[in-house]
Amino acid sequence: MGIFLFSLLAILCVGGVLGLILSRNQAHSALFLVLAFASLGGLFGLLDAPFIAAVQIIIYAGAIMVLFIFVIMMINLEQGIAPERKRWTLGLSAVLAVFLLIELGLAVHGTLGALGRTGGESIGDPKELGRLLFTDYLYPFEITSVLIIAALVGAIVLVKKKEKE
Amino acid sequence: MFWLIPLIPGASAFILAVFGKWLPKKYVSWQACLSVFASFGISLVSFFGLLKVPPGSPPVIKTLFSWIQSGSFNADLSLQLDPLSSIMTLVVTGVGFLIHVYSVGYMAQDKGYKRYFTYLNLFTFAMLILVMGANLVLMFVGWEGVGLCSYLLIGFWFEKHSAANAGKKAFIVNRIGDAAFILGIFFIFLIVGSGDFRAITGALEGGAVTQGMATLIALLLFAGATGKSAQIPLYVWLPDAMEGPTPVSALIHAATMVTAGVYMVSRMNLLFTLSGVAGQVVGIVGALTAIFAATMALTQNDIKRVLAYSTISQIGYMFIGCGVGAYAAGMFHLFTHAFFKSLLFLAAGSVMHALSGELDMRKMGGLRKYLPLTYPTFLVGAIAIAGVPFLSGFFSKDAILTHAYAQGQYFIWALGLMGAVLTAFYMFRLVFLTFFGQERLDPHAKEHLHESPRVMTVPLVVLAFFSIVAGYVGLPVVLGKKANLFSRFLDPVIHPGHEAHLNISAEWLLILISVAVALCGIYIAYVFYLKSPRTPHRIVARFPMLYKLLYNKYYVDEIYNAAIVRPLVNGSRVVYDNFDLKVIDGTIDGTAAATGSAGKLLSLFQSGLIKDYGLVLLLGVVVFLGYLLF
Amino acid sequence: MIPVSYFFGLSIVLFVLGIIAFFIKRDLITMFMAIEVMLNAANLAFIALAKAAGSPAGQVIVFFIITVAAAEAAVGLAIILLVFRQKKSIKAEDMRLLKG
Repeated sequence: MGIFLFSLLAILCVGGVLGLILSRNQAHSALFLVLAFASLGGLFGLLDAPFIAAVQIIIYAGAIMVLFIFVIMMINLEQGIAPERKRWTLGLSAVLAVFLLIELGLAVHGTLGALGRTGGESIGDPKELGRLLFTDYLYPFEITSVLIIAALVGAIVLVKKKEKE
Repeated sequence: MFWLIPLIPGASAFILAVFGKWLPKKYVSWQACLSVFASFGISLVSFFGLLKVPPGSPPVIKTLFSWIQSGSFNADLSLQLDPLSSIMTLVVTGVGFLIHVYSVGYMAQDKGYKRYFTYLNLFTFAMLILVMGANLVLMFVGWEGVGLCSYLLIGFWFEKHSAANAGKKAFIVNRIGDAAFILGIFFIFLIVGSGDFRAITGALEGGAVTQGMATLIALLLFAGATGKSAQIPLYVWLPDAMEGPTPVSALIHAATMVTAGVYMVSRMNLLFTLSGVAGQVVGIVGALTAIFAATMALTQNDIKRVLAYSTISQIGYMFIGCGVGAYAAGMFHLFTHAFFKSLLFLAAGSVMHALSGELDMRKMGGLRKYLPLTYPTFLVGAIAIAGVPFLSGFFSKDAILTHAYAQGQYFIWALGLMGAVLTAFYMFRLVFLTFFGQERLDPHAKEHLHESPRVMTVPLVVLAFFSIVAGYVGLPVVLGKKANLFSRFLDPVIHPGHEAHLNISAEWLLILISVAVALCGIYIAYVFYLKSPRTPHRIVARFPMLYKLLYNKYYVDEIYNAAIVRPLVNGSRVVYDNFDLKVIDGTIDGTAAATGSAGKLLSLFQSGLIKDYGLVLLLGVVVFLGYLLF
Repeated sequence: MIPVSYFFGLSIVLFVLGIIAFFIKRDLITMFMAIEVMLNAANLAFIALAKAAGSPAGQVIVFFIITVAAAEAAVGLAIILLVFRQKKSIKAEDMRLLKG
C-alpha cells in the first residue's frame, strides 16, 4: 500500500515538473507546478509530517502559486517563449546536471550508510512541532515574522506606481 | 552644587547652538544673560561657603565621572573649588554677566546676534572649566576651549578679510604656546604619574621632582602662558584680536582668557617656587613685556589697539608679581584689572557706538559733553589703571612693585616703575584726545552722535563702581598685617616662598614713588595734549626714527613674517609642489588607475546573462561537492 | 514501510530537474518556478532526513524554509513585474545591464 502510494505521488510529482519544462505556456507551467507541489505534500504526509504536508499544500500549492498566476496574468504574454537555443549553454548545463546527480546520489548513499538506520518512531506530531517552534526555535520564528513583514512592505513599495506617472 | 557653575552656561550654549535658529531674539538675550547670572549667583554662594571653611581643610572636589582610564594614565572629569578658582569664577561670571548685558545693546543690530551669544556662552563655559578643572588635563580642555572661542569671536565678522586673518593669527600663535604647554603636561605625567593638582602638590612637597626637572616643566608651562596671555615673544596676536566685537575684547582679551596664564602660573606656584630660575624668567619676561607693550601703546591712534597694548602691559605686571613670588599680588592685579580694563573696553565700545564705529582717536575730541555717562566711567577706568591712589589699580600695582623691590629684584622694579609712568601717560593721552580738546569729528558721524542706551551704560556704571572699590580688599601691608584680606584668602593655595619684609618707612617711600610716578605721567600727558598740543609734533620731528620704530611696533610683525611665516610658507609650497603633488598624488592616482584598469579587464568576463552566472554557480557546486566526496 | 532512500532519490531527481528547467526556460517567471522546484526538493530531503534521524528538527527547518520562500516569492515577483514594466519583456537574455 505504502509503496503504491509513494510510486503514484512520485510519478505525479516528477510528471508535474516535466510538464513545467515541456509546456510553452506559462499558465500551464504554473498549473503543472501546483500539481507537483500538491503531490509533494502527499509525500510529506507519508513521511510522518502531517503538519508540514498541510502547510505545503496551503502555502505552496495555494498561496505562492496563486501569486505566480497573478503575475502571469498581469504580464499576459500573447504567445509562449521558445526554449533556450544556445547549444553550448544547454549542453554544458546538462553535463553538469548529470555530474551533480551522480554526486548527490553518492553523498546520500554515504549519509544514509553513516546514519545506519531508517527511522521508525512517530515524530510528526503537530503538538510537538508547535512546542518546538515556541521554545527552542522562538527567535528564528520571530525573526521570520519580521522578514515576512519586510518582504510584504518591500513588494508593495516596489510594485506601486509613482503618482506622477 | 558648585559644579553647576560651568554647566549652566554650557547647557545654555548647547541650547542656543542647536535650537537657536527657532528661538526669538529676545529669548536668546534673556537666556544667555540669565545663565551667566545664575552661575554668578552660585559662585557667590560658594565663595561665602568657602569663607566659613576652617583653614587647612582640603579643597572641595566634585568628580562628575571618570573620563580617561588607560593603564596608569587617568583623568577624571572633576571640578574643584578652592580660594583661587573661587576668585576666578567670581571674576569670570561677574564681569562676564555685565558684558553679556552690555552686548545685548551693542550687538542689537547685528545679524549674527544669536551666533554671538552662543559663542559667548560657550566661552564662559570653557573658561569656567579652565579655572575649576581639578587636574591639568581638564584645565587643558578649558584652555583649548577658550582658545577656540577666542578664534571664533575674533573672526566673528569673518566676511571682513582682516577679521578672518586676525582670528587665524590668534589661533596659530596660541598653538605654538599650547604645544609647549602640553609638553609640560606630559612631563608632569611622566614624573608625577598624575595630572591631579593635589597629587602634583604632594609630589612637589615630597621632593619627587628635581630642581632641573621643575625648571624644565615650569618653563614649558610658562611658554604656554606666554601664548595665551600675550607675553613676549608670542604677544603679537592680541592687538590684531581687536578685530572682534568690542565686548569680546573686553571679556576675552582683557578680563578673563588672557589672564588664564597668570591663573595657571599661580595654580602651579609651588613648581615655579621650587625651580627658582623659572620664577626669575617669569618675572623678567613680565617686566620686559610690561614696558615694551607700554611703549608701543604710546603712538597708536586706534583706541582699541591702545587698550590692547595696555592689556599686554598689565598682564606683564601680573607676571612680575608671579615671578617675584608674590602670587597673591599677581592674582590681585588680575582681579582689579578685570574690572577697570573691561570698563575701559566697554566705554571705548560705547564711544565707537556713538560715533558709528569710528576707532581713530584723531577723529574724536571734545566728546565729554556728548557722552555724559561714558565719559566719567572711562575716566574712572583710566585713573584706576594709571595707579592714582584710592582706586583699585593703585593697590594692586603697588603691591606687585613693593614685592619686587622687597625681593631685591631692583631691575624688575625699575622696569615696572617706568612702565607705570608710560601707562599713566598713554591712558591720559587717550582720555585727552578722545574727550577733551577740539572736535575733529566726521560731519557724518556727528549727525548720529548719541549716548548709548541704558543696557550699555548700566554695566559701565557697575564696573566703574568696582574699579573704585575692588582695591580695598587688598590694602597694603603697611596698614596692618590683616589689612590684605585678598592675600589671606589665597593663603591656603599659595605656598609661601621665602618672605622678605621691608621696614615701614621704606614701604611708605615706595608708595610715594608710585604715586609720584603716576601723577607725573598724567601731567606729561596733560602738557602734551591739552596745554600745548604742538609738543608731540615737535618731539616726533626731533626723533623721527624713534617715532617710526614705535609707530610700527618695533617691526615685530614684519620680523616674524620674514623670519618665520615667509620661510614656512615657501617651504610648504616647495613640499607641496614636489612631494604632495608628485609623490602622494601620483601614488594615489596610480593606485586608482591600476584598480580601474584591472576592473575593466576583469569586466570582460561579465556577460550580463543570468544563465551564464547560473552555469558558473553550478560548476562551482559540482566541483566543490566532488572535492568533498573524493 | 517505504525505505527513506527512495525519498532521497526522488529529492535528487527533482533537484536536477529543477536545474535543467532553469537552463531550458527563457522567461524569468518560469525560471523562478524552477528555483521553487529546487527549494522543494531540498524540503523533501529535510523531511526524509527528519524521518531517518527520528527528530522533528528537520520539519521545523522546512517550516522556516516555506515561510522564507513565501517572502522571497513575493519580492521576486514584484521585481519581475517591475522589470517587465520598464523593459516590456521578461526574457532573461534581455536583461544584461551587468555586461562589462
